[in-house]
Amino acid sequence: MAMSLNHYLVLGALLFTIGVVGIFLNRRNVILIMMSIELILLAVNINFVAFSRFMNHVDGQIITFFVLTVAAAEAAIGLAILVAFFRNRSTIDVEEIDSMKG
Amino acid sequence: MSVEMQDIQLIFMMPEILVAVMAMALLLLSAWTHKGGSGVVHWMTAMTIIAVILVIRVGEGSGSTFGGQFVTDAVSRYMKVLICLGMVLPIIMSRDYIRTHDMDGGEYHVVAMFAMLGGMIMASSGGFVILYLGLELMSLSFYVLAAWRRDSGLSGEAGLKYFVLGSVASGLLLYGISMIYGAVGATGFKEVAAFLATPDGHGSQLAALGVVLILVGMGFKVAAAPFHMWAPDVYQGAPTPVTAFMSVMPKIAAFAALFRILFDVFAPVHAQWGPMVQLLAILSMGVGAFAGLVQTNLKRLLAYSSIGHVGYILIGLVANTPEGMQGVMVYLTIYLFMTVGVFGIMVAFDRQGLGEEISDYQGAAHKQPLMAFVMAMFMFSMAGIPPLAGFVGKLSIFMAAVKAGMVPLAVAGVLFSAVSAFYYLKVVKVMYFDPPVGESKMFFSGGGLLVVTLSFILICVWGVLPGDLMAWTESSVKAWH
Repeated sequence: MAMSLNHYLVLGALLFTIGVVGIFLNRRNVILIMMSIELILLAVNINFVAFSRFMNHVDGQIITFFVLTVAAAEAAIGLAILVAFFRNRSTIDVEEIDSMKG
Repeated sequence: MSVEMQDIQLIFMMPEILVAVMAMALLLLSAWTHKGGSGVVHWMTAMTIIAVILVIRVGEGSGSTFGGQFVTDAVSRYMKVLICLGMVLPIIMSRDYIRTHDMDGGEYHVVAMFAMLGGMIMASSGGFVILYLGLELMSLSFYVLAAWRRDSGLSGEAGLKYFVLGSVASGLLLYGISMIYGAVGATGFKEVAAFLATPDGHGSQLAALGVVLILVGMGFKVAAAPFHMWAPDVYQGAPTPVTAFMSVMPKIAAFAALFRILFDVFAPVHAQWGPMVQLLAILSMGVGAFAGLVQTNLKRLLAYSSIGHVGYILIGLVANTPEGMQGVMVYLTIYLFMTVGVFGIMVAFDRQGLGEEISDYQGAAHKQPLMAFVMAMFMFSMAGIPPLAGFVGKLSIFMAAVKAGMVPLAVAGVLFSAVSAFYYLKVVKVMYFDPPVGESKMFFSGGGLLVVTLSFILICVWGVLPGDLMAWTESSVKAWH
């Protein structure tokens, strides 16, 4: 079976949905949220590469490198904030992150 | 294959280059001198930004470089001046706070400068990719700034919440950009606008999905309801000068980008985004007006107040006219000085661990009559009571809506601002009519006093004589296109 553009777009959409659902339904661990965020960015990359390939247009693949770079920076900063948080509160449980309400 | 002449004119991005170079130089300086040099880093940051404002003011005309990816014109220059002011005023006023909370390693100023650089790039973006990169530079810096007080659990929590929800917003925006790329085959604003103007682009569902997702992503960044849930927690938990900084600067940068996205790129599909932005405006005004009523923490109150203000500003975008655009610029300018002034007073209270709860201001009129008067004026201005500047801002937005034939929206705005006046006046009531409790002293540093006084004078002067502000914004808007 030949892979069409739609196959890739559906894959991208599925990964994106898993990422978003993972963030909002996850009640346990902040690390899982970080992984979901990475998944969202990877879904976007699949979109860019697929469009780029099927339109014979190189821009999309270049954009992918920008997105990868930003994703790396984002992961580094997210983990750093998480470490700072853990030192203060000794937990990374999603349900424990609730000292501010209203 | 021929080698083309590259379209690179660095003169157009002089302010950005200056900020980037100085930020890196100051990072080196702070690494060498450590704590002893933090005062030097502080004032050099302030002076650099003032120099950048002057450089921006010198520029004239409009132009684009890097193949149209980077655009500069009168409107973006105006917004960049606001972005610089939105950063330099909180820095100047918070010297004391930075010192007493052990934030003076020098990196604080550098990260703040990078956030500002991201905002300036957003204001000048000429394509979706550069917009995304500017936005991420700004957002990543802000996540770090929000979590800066490592001794405070609240600050870490604020940073974490901002990081998670901000990243989701960036992801949505990026997904929208990929849809636009798929529909158009390019991400430059010019190409996208040209495509959307064709019948093909009008009916493209891929592009329509992209428009929606990009609006949602930008809605998150300006904290417009229903994408506002991060704002109160982050505002409350972040260090006070950072809250001052991030309640102003990201909004100015995002609105500068929205000008170009909505009025230029998505102009052909106004029928698609018009109702959406209208919904965002009404929900934001509603959430800002009603959720603010029950707050007891002043920073949370200001968070809801800023959500409300974003609602009014969005009305100016819905109007989709030059007057609407001018209204947005006027409102943002006034909002900048009101907010910075209030936070300046909060920072002055901070050395005693006071100032964040509304109850800290009980009976302030008896203890610090002058401060209470200035604070009351800021509150009146935020509520939009004449003859203060806040009224001028609201008036110019609502007039633009009426002129564009959106009378119901303007009426809704007036009603919601009447509701929100209740909680601004509550602060005034606590200061003037409640008995004083305990001792409280204010510690104004020279910079803090300067910033609060400047904001106070501008709020009063622009309320009566808004001519200069109007003329400046009008000439910028006229030069658009």
